[in-house]
Amino acid sequence: MIRFAWLQFRMQAAVAAGALAIVAVVLALTGPNLVHLYDTTVASCAVHHDCPTATTDFTDTDGPLQVFLDFLLLTVPLLIGMFWGAPLISREFETGTFRLAWTQGVTRTRWLAVKLGLGAVASAAIAGLLSLMVSWWSSQLDYVSANPFDSLRFGIRDVVPIGYAAFAFALGLSAGLLFRRMLPAMLVALVGFVAAREAVTAWVRPHLFTPLQQSLPITTATPVSIDQTSPGVIKAFENTRGISLPGAWVYSVQIVDQAGHTPTTSFLSGACHLGNYGPLNPRDCTARLAATFHQLVTYQPGGRYWPMQWYELAIFLSGSIVLAGFCFWWIRRPVI
Amino acid sequence: MTVVIQTNGLGKRYGRQWALRDCTLGIPEGKVVGLVGPNGAGKTTLLNLAVGLLAPTCGAITVLGGPPSDGPAQLEKVGFVAQDTPAYAGLSVGKHLLMGSYLNANWNQELAKDRIDQLGLDPRQKAGSLSGGQRAQLALTMAIAKQPALLLLDEPVASLDPLARREFLQGLMEIVAEHAVSVVLSSHLIADLERVCDYLVLLVASHVQLAGEVTALLATHQRLSGPRRDPRSLPSSHEIIEESHTGKQSTFLVRTDQPILDPAWTVKPVTLDELVLAYMGRARNPSPGRRSGLGVAP
Repeated sequence: MIRFAWLQFRMQAAVAAGALAIVAVVLALTGPNLVHLYDTTVASCAVHHDCPTATTDFTDTDGPLQVFLDFLLLTVPLLIGMFWGAPLISREFETGTFRLAWTQGVTRTRWLAVKLGLGAVASAAIAGLLSLMVSWWSSQLDYVSANPFDSLRFGIRDVVPIGYAAFAFALGLSAGLLFRRMLPAMLVALVGFVAAREAVTAWVRPHLFTPLQQSLPITTATPVSIDQTSPGVIKAFENTRGISLPGAWVYSVQIVDQAGHTPTTSFLSGACHLGNYGPLNPRDCTARLAATFHQLVTYQPGGRYWPMQWYELAIFLSGSIVLAGFCFWWIRRPVI
Repeated sequence: MTVVIQTNGLGKRYGRQWALRDCTLGIPEGKVVGLVGPNGAGKTTLLNLAVGLLAPTCGAITVLGGPPSDGPAQLEKVGFVAQDTPAYAGLSVGKHLLMGSYLNANWNQELAKDRIDQLGLDPRQKAGSLSGGQRAQLALTMAIAKQPALLLLDEPVASLDPLARREFLQGLMEIVAEHAVSVVLSSHLIADLERVCDYLVLLVASHVQLAGEVTALLATHQRLSGPRRDPRSLPSSHEIIEESHTGKQSTFLVRTDQPILDPAWTVKPVTLDELVLAYMGRARNPSPGRRSGLGVAP
C-alpha cells in the first residue's frame, strides 16, 4: 500500500521538494551576506554611535525577500490543507475511483492509514524544513527587529508551522471525506484552518502560562500621556517605550497606586493642566503622577518562548490526531 | 447447490428511500449469472453491498461464505468492475497494473500484461485518454488479474458502443473459459446477457421475479396464440405470465413443465428478451387475470 500511495503522491512530493530546493538555494546565497552585514554594522554600531541608523538599514536588507518568506510561511499550511488534504479523498469520490481503490486486496482502514500517514509526514516535513531554513536565515534580522512573541512572527518561525501544516492537512482530508466534494472541502480547509489558527493565537496562546507582573517606577524620561477620552473623563496612558524587559511579551502596562487604583479624573485635572494636545507641561505632570503611582507590567518572560512553541505545536498535533481519528471512524461507514 | 452470494431479507435505505428492500436470493457457483432488471431495481446497490462498499440497513449478505469486505482475504476473493469502470485519469495503464500488483497478494502480472498486449493498449497511455471501451477492458483486466473466485461486474457495457460492447463481452467469455471463476454481470440490456450468461436472475423492485438456468427458462416458457379464451380456462399447470386479447384472438406467455397438447394453440418459443419483459411487466402491474388464472380451475 505504501508503494501505491507513493505512486500517486510522488508528483506532488516532487513539486513541493522542488519549490523547497529553490527557496533553499536563494537563502543559501543571500544568508551569508546578511550575517556579514550584521557583524560589520549592527554588532559594532555602539562604537560608532549610530545604532538606530545601522539597525534600520540592516532590517531593510532584502526587504522584498523577507516579505515573501513571511508570506510563504503563512500560506504553506493553507496550500497543504487545500491542495493536498482536501482533494485526497474527495477526488476519489468525485471520479468514482474509490470503487476501484477500496475493492483491491487492502482494507479501507489500511488505505487511509497509509495515505494519511504519508501526507501528514510530508506536510510536516515541508513546513518544518521551510521554517528551519527561514528561522536560520533571518535569525539576525529577527534578533534586531521583531519581538519573538509578535503574533505574526511566532507562527512562522521554529516548530509551530509543523503543527499548522499537519493540522491543515488533516482538516482538508476530513472535510473531503465528509463532503465528498473537492471545492467545499477546500473551502473548509481554508476557513477552518485560518479560524483555528486565529482562535489559538488570540485566546489560547496568551493563557498557556500565567503571566508575570512587575512594578516599574514612572520616570520623567518617558512622559506619560494624559488625555480627555470623553467629556469630563481624563485618563493617563502608559508609555511602553520606557519598559525594558528584553524578549518579553508585554500584555499590558497599567498606571496604578499602591492600592491598585488608577488615577482619577479629579486627581489628573489637579496635577496636570490640560491643553488641547495633552498636558501643557508633561514633565511636571509626570513627576506629580510618579509620586503616587507606578507602572504595573503584565508579561511573559522571554524564556517562555520555546515552551510556548512546543505547547502550540502539541495543540495542533493533538487537533490533527483528533481529526485523523474522526476519519478512521467515518471511513468505515457505508459509502454511497 | 453451492452459492457465491446469499442474501436474506437484505435491505438498503438512503434516508427514507429504499434502494433495495427485503431481497432474498442465492446466486449459484460456477455460472455466468446475468443480473437483470429495470433501472432502480437495486442491481447496483446489491453489487455494492456484495463488495462491501455499502453496508446493509437490514438483513444479511454473505459472499463466498463470508461477510463482504471483511479484511484483505475477503477483498482478494472478489474481483469488481464498478459502474462506469472508474480509473485514475492521471495514471498510465502500466501504472494501473502496478497498482494492482501492489495491492493484491495473488496478482498475476503476466496475465495482466498479456491481456493488455492482446487488447493493443499502450502501457504508457494515461487512463484519462482511454476510450470508454478501453477503460472497461482495463478495469476487467485488473479485476481478473487479482485471480478472484468471484467476478462482479456492474453494468460494464452500459455506456459502450455496440462494437466495444461486443469486444468486452468476448473478452469476458474468454476469461470464463480459461479461469475457474464465477461471474455476476448486471445489465439492463438483455440482448448482451443472452450471449454470455447461462443463468439469469431478474430483479424488479428488489424482488427476484425469476431465477434459473437460461436454457431451462427458455424450455419451460411458451407463447400460445389462438382463438380468444378466458385465462381461467387454461390448465392449472400453465402459469400465465403475460396475456393479451384482441376481439377474436388471445395470446398467452405461459410457464409450464408440461407439453402443450391443445391443438387450438399455435405454440412459439420465446426469446430471453421477451421473457424478461413479460416478467418485468407482470411485476409492475400484476393483473387480476393472472391472479384468477392461478386460482382454482373452473
